[in-house]
Amino acid sequence: MTTPREAVPAGARPAGTFTPAPGGAGLGPMVRAQARMEARLLLRNGEQLLLAIVIPVIVLLGGVAAAGRLGSTFEGHAPVDLLTPGVLALAVMSTSFTSVAIATGFERRYGVIKLLGASPLPRHGLLLGKVLALLIVVALQLVVLVAVALAVGWQPSTADPPRTVVGLLLAVGLGTAAFASLGLLVAGALRAEATLALANLVYLLLMAGGGVVLPTSTYGAAGGLIQWLPSGALGEAMRSALVDADIDVRSLLVLAAWAVVGALLTAKTFRWE
Amino acid sequence: MAYGDKVAVDGLSLEVTRGSITAVLGPNGAGKTTTLETCEGYRVAQRGTVRVLGLDPQRDRAQLLPRIGVMLQSGGAWSGVRAVEMLEHMASLHAHPLDTGMLVDRLGLADCGRTPYRRLSGGQKQRLGLAIALVGRPELVFVDEPTAGMDPQARRTTWAILEEVRADGVTVVLTTHHMDEAEHLADRIHIIDRGTLIASGTPAELTRGGRSATIRLVVNRPFPDGAPESLRAELGPLTEVRQLDEVSMLIHGPADASTLGRVSRWCEEHGVLPQTLTLGQRTLEDVFLELTGRELETPDDVLLPRFAPPNNAAGSPS
Repeated sequence: MTTPREAVPAGARPAGTFTPAPGGAGLGPMVRAQARMEARLLLRNGEQLLLAIVIPVIVLLGGVAAAGRLGSTFEGHAPVDLLTPGVLALAVMSTSFTSVAIATGFERRYGVIKLLGASPLPRHGLLLGKVLALLIVVALQLVVLVAVALAVGWQPSTADPPRTVVGLLLAVGLGTAAFASLGLLVAGALRAEATLALANLVYLLLMAGGGVVLPTSTYGAAGGLIQWLPSGALGEAMRSALVDADIDVRSLLVLAAWAVVGALLTAKTFRWE
Repeated sequence: MAYGDKVAVDGLSLEVTRGSITAVLGPNGAGKTTTLETCEGYRVAQRGTVRVLGLDPQRDRAQLLPRIGVMLQSGGAWSGVRAVEMLEHMASLHAHPLDTGMLVDRLGLADCGRTPYRRLSGGQKQRLGLAIALVGRPELVFVDEPTAGMDPQARRTTWAILEEVRADGVTVVLTTHHMDEAEHLADRIHIIDRGTLIASGTPAELTRGGRSATIRLVVNRPFPDGAPESLRAELGPLTEVRQLDEVSMLIHGPADASTLGRVSRWCEEHGVLPQTLTLGQRTLEDVFLELTGRELETPDDVLLPRFAPPNNAAGSPS
C-alpha cells in the first residue's frame, strides 16, 4: 500500500498547480478588497437597507407631512429644513452603530473574523476595510437622502457654503467614528443575538429620544443631558452646519470624546472569536 | 494548553516534515484542534515552544500568516456571501493566488457558485473551506477535519487534491478521526489522546509493528488433549491461546515473521492439518483502540516497540 517516495530537490521539481507562491496582496489592495466586500454585503442585506434608507426616508416624509398638516414651523424654519439634517444624522447613526454592530457580531459568530485572522489581512487592515466600507455606505445613504429631501423642498443654508461643507464633513466623520466605535464595542463583547437586540433597541431609543431627528431644545429639561449623548451631539452638529452654516465645536468635541472612549474600550474588550 | 482548569494539550511534542502530509489523529476532545490553532496563532501556548516554518506564530504572525493556509473545522464565511464570491475575496488578499475557476472546477463548486454560504450543504462548505485554504498558494496548509460531512466521492476528490498538493511541494497538516483517511493520506501519523502524543509513525509502522497479533487456526481433525498449553509453550509465555471448539483456536500475542511457521510446525508435530491459518492484519483502528483504550503509564511505554527511525521519504500512499 505504501511505496517509498523519491526525495526530489525542490528546485528540480517541475512547477505544479499548487506549487507554493505565498504572499499577501499588500495593505492597500487588501483593504480595498475587504471594504468592497463588506460594503456589498451591507447593501445586500434587506434589514440593513431598511435601517439605512427606508426608515430615514419615512421619518423625513412623515415628519414633513405631519408638520405641513399642523401648519407649524420650528423656530422660524420650514420643517423640511430642520428635519433633513436630523434625518441625515439618523442615517449615519443607523449604519455606523446598528449595522456595524450587527454585521460584526455575526462575523464573530460565523468565524469570519477568525478565518480572516489567519489570512494575510492584518487586524488593522480589517478595521480600515470596515471603516472604508462604512464610509462608502454612509456616502450612498446621504446621496439618496439628500436627493429625496431636495425633491420635497429642502433648502440648506446658503449663508456660508464652505463653512456648511466643513461642518457637515466634520459632523459625518466624527459621528461615524463615535457610533462605529460604540457599535464595535457592543459587537466585540456580546453574543451575536444579544448584539442584534441591543443595537436595534438603542437605535430605536436614540431615534425617539436621543436628539437626532429633532433639536435637543425641543426636549425641554432633558435636552441639557441629551446634547451630551452622541446622538444629540451628531444631530446638533448637522443642524448647525446645514441650518445655520455654523460649526458646532462643542458638539463635535462631544462626538470626538465618544469616539476616543469607544475606541479605547473596544480595544480593551474586543474578543475576535 | 488549558481551558480553565481542564488541560487540553499537555507536553505534546511533534514535528512535521516539509512536503509531507501529517495526520493528527485522535478521538473527539483529544486536543487536535487546540494543537492546530496553537500553530495557526489563534491560541498562545502556555508552556513550551511552537515554531511553524521556523517562525513563532505569535511574535512573527505577520510573516507567518501569508505563508500558511487554514481550513477551519466549521464556519469562516459571511452567511450571505456567495460561494465563489467568498473564494475570490480570499484570493484577492494574496499576491499570487491560484486561479479560482480551476479550484471551483476541481472541488466541484460550480453548481453552488452563486449560492449564499448559509444555504450550502455541509460537504459544499467543506470543499469551499479547502479551496480557501489553498487559494493563496501556501507553503503549509492546516486542514481541520477536511472530509467531515462529505459523501464518499467528495472524500476521494479531496484526498486526490491533498495528494497533488503534497506532490507540488506543499506541506499538509490535517486532523481527522477517520482511520482510513489517515492511513490513506498520511506520510506520518501522530495519535493524540487527552492532549498527549501516544504514538507516531508512518501508517505502515503503526499497523505493522504491533504489540500483538491475532491468529486464527482451524484444523482438519480435533486437537489432541492439552493442545492450548503445548501451543502456548511453543509460542512463548506472553501468548494467549483460546480453544473455540475442538478444531479451532484463537491465538493472541506477540507476533513476528516466524510465528506462522511455528504454528505450522506445531500442527505437523501434533498430527493435525491446518485448514485455515490467518494472521490478523492490524488496522490503524486496532492500533488506536489498543493505545487509547487502556490506561497508559509513561510515554515510553506507549510508543510502539518496533518503530523504525523516522523516515521522511517513506509512506506515500499509492
